[in-house]
Amino acid sequence: MSDKEPLFSAKNRKLMTNPLNAQNPITIQVLGICSALAVTAKLEPAIVMSISVMFVVVFANVIISLLRNTIPARIRIIVQLVIVAALVIIVDQILQAFAYEVSKQLSVFVGLIITNCIIMGRLEAFALGNKPWQSALDGVGNAAGYGIILVIVAFFRELLGSGTLTLPGLGTLHIIPQFIYDLGYQNNGLMILPPMALVTVAVIIWVQRSRNKDLIES
Amino acid sequence: MENIINIFIKSIFIDNMVFAYFLGMCSYLAVSKTVKTSFGLGIAVVFVLLITVPVDYLLNEYVLKEGALKWLGEGFAEVDLSFLSFIMFIAVIASMVQLVEMIVEKFAPALYSQLGIFLPLIAVNCAILGGSLFMQERQYASLAEATSFGLGSGIGWLLAIVGIAAIREKLKYSDIPAPLRGLGITFIVTGLMGIAFMSFMGIQL
Repeated sequence: MSDKEPLFSAKNRKLMTNPLNAQNPITIQVLGICSALAVTAKLEPAIVMSISVMFVVVFANVIISLLRNTIPARIRIIVQLVIVAALVIIVDQILQAFAYEVSKQLSVFVGLIITNCIIMGRLEAFALGNKPWQSALDGVGNAAGYGIILVIVAFFRELLGSGTLTLPGLGTLHIIPQFIYDLGYQNNGLMILPPMALVTVAVIIWVQRSRNKDLIES
Repeated sequence: MENIINIFIKSIFIDNMVFAYFLGMCSYLAVSKTVKTSFGLGIAVVFVLLITVPVDYLLNEYVLKEGALKWLGEGFAEVDLSFLSFIMFIAVIASMVQLVEMIVEKFAPALYSQLGIFLPLIAVNCAILGGSLFMQERQYASLAEATSFGLGSGIGWLLAIVGIAAIREKLKYSDIPAPLRGLGITFIVTGLMGIAFMSFMGIQL
């Protein structure tokens, strides 16, 4: 960090805000799709997953960025994997201790944060060539971009699929009132099933790209 | 024996890595532009899963699981190293991929020139680590079961990526709304394929 540049200069703020939309890890960079789709049947696991990913991305980015001049290029993948795996073990143990139910729901997907392409992608593309503070901001931005998509997908899938929203700390909220069911409304059970996660993401991509023509693939 | 075939069929069609668990989606989306390359990557994934799942099974059974270290002596009977499984599995996968790469290069240069670029990619393919983690979670009873699970999931993944690549080759000639082109339509088609695969649900030998 140079002394002249303020901590939240315009350039640094861009690192955080870009991944939210124009450089979104899921819809534009196509990173980290696997876990994004699998944990979004309910809102709570999606939120917990986003927080876990944010923890791992930020710390992995900072650690790799601090070590970037000492890691030999040939073995960098192994070094990155070991650091990420260690961080993921910490997250997994914390979840098992303090949020056992959610940890059961996420099952193998906590472990799969290790191979989540967002993490490796950001380490390779950013942390290896930038200073720790910028890398931390980049991590926060990318994890937030990932989290936004997860929460949007989970919101629609849970609302339309089960008529409820599950928030951490608040439990299951019944959003759709009983009288609507009495009128003949039915939950769309298809939304809970895996294929609809893909279609929901596709709709998000569609909306995003219609609003921002630069993102359209030729 | 029946059980083993059952696990094999189940892991190809019902618990398909791509359609039921979305594992390996990153390379699935990135490499599925042509059938030829996606077939190459698919074969490489089958290959690596076939090796890493049994190796990780043995590792889990004799080192990591609670009480697995009994063979070292009574004092170790209580040791539970399962919190180390992530780091051990990923280490096994990374080194196995390296090993496979070296062996294939030495003994089958033709295959190597086809798989070569894909092999390093596979170390960070979630389908591979996912295979090992599912194997651990489902607690398969024998090495043969774990192997047939590994082979089955690999073949399921191969089927999925070759299928989507074939569809994408045809999609090039279709008139798709511009914002949906590329990534968007691939997601929708994968979703539709997933719905088709759901019809296999409940098959039991």
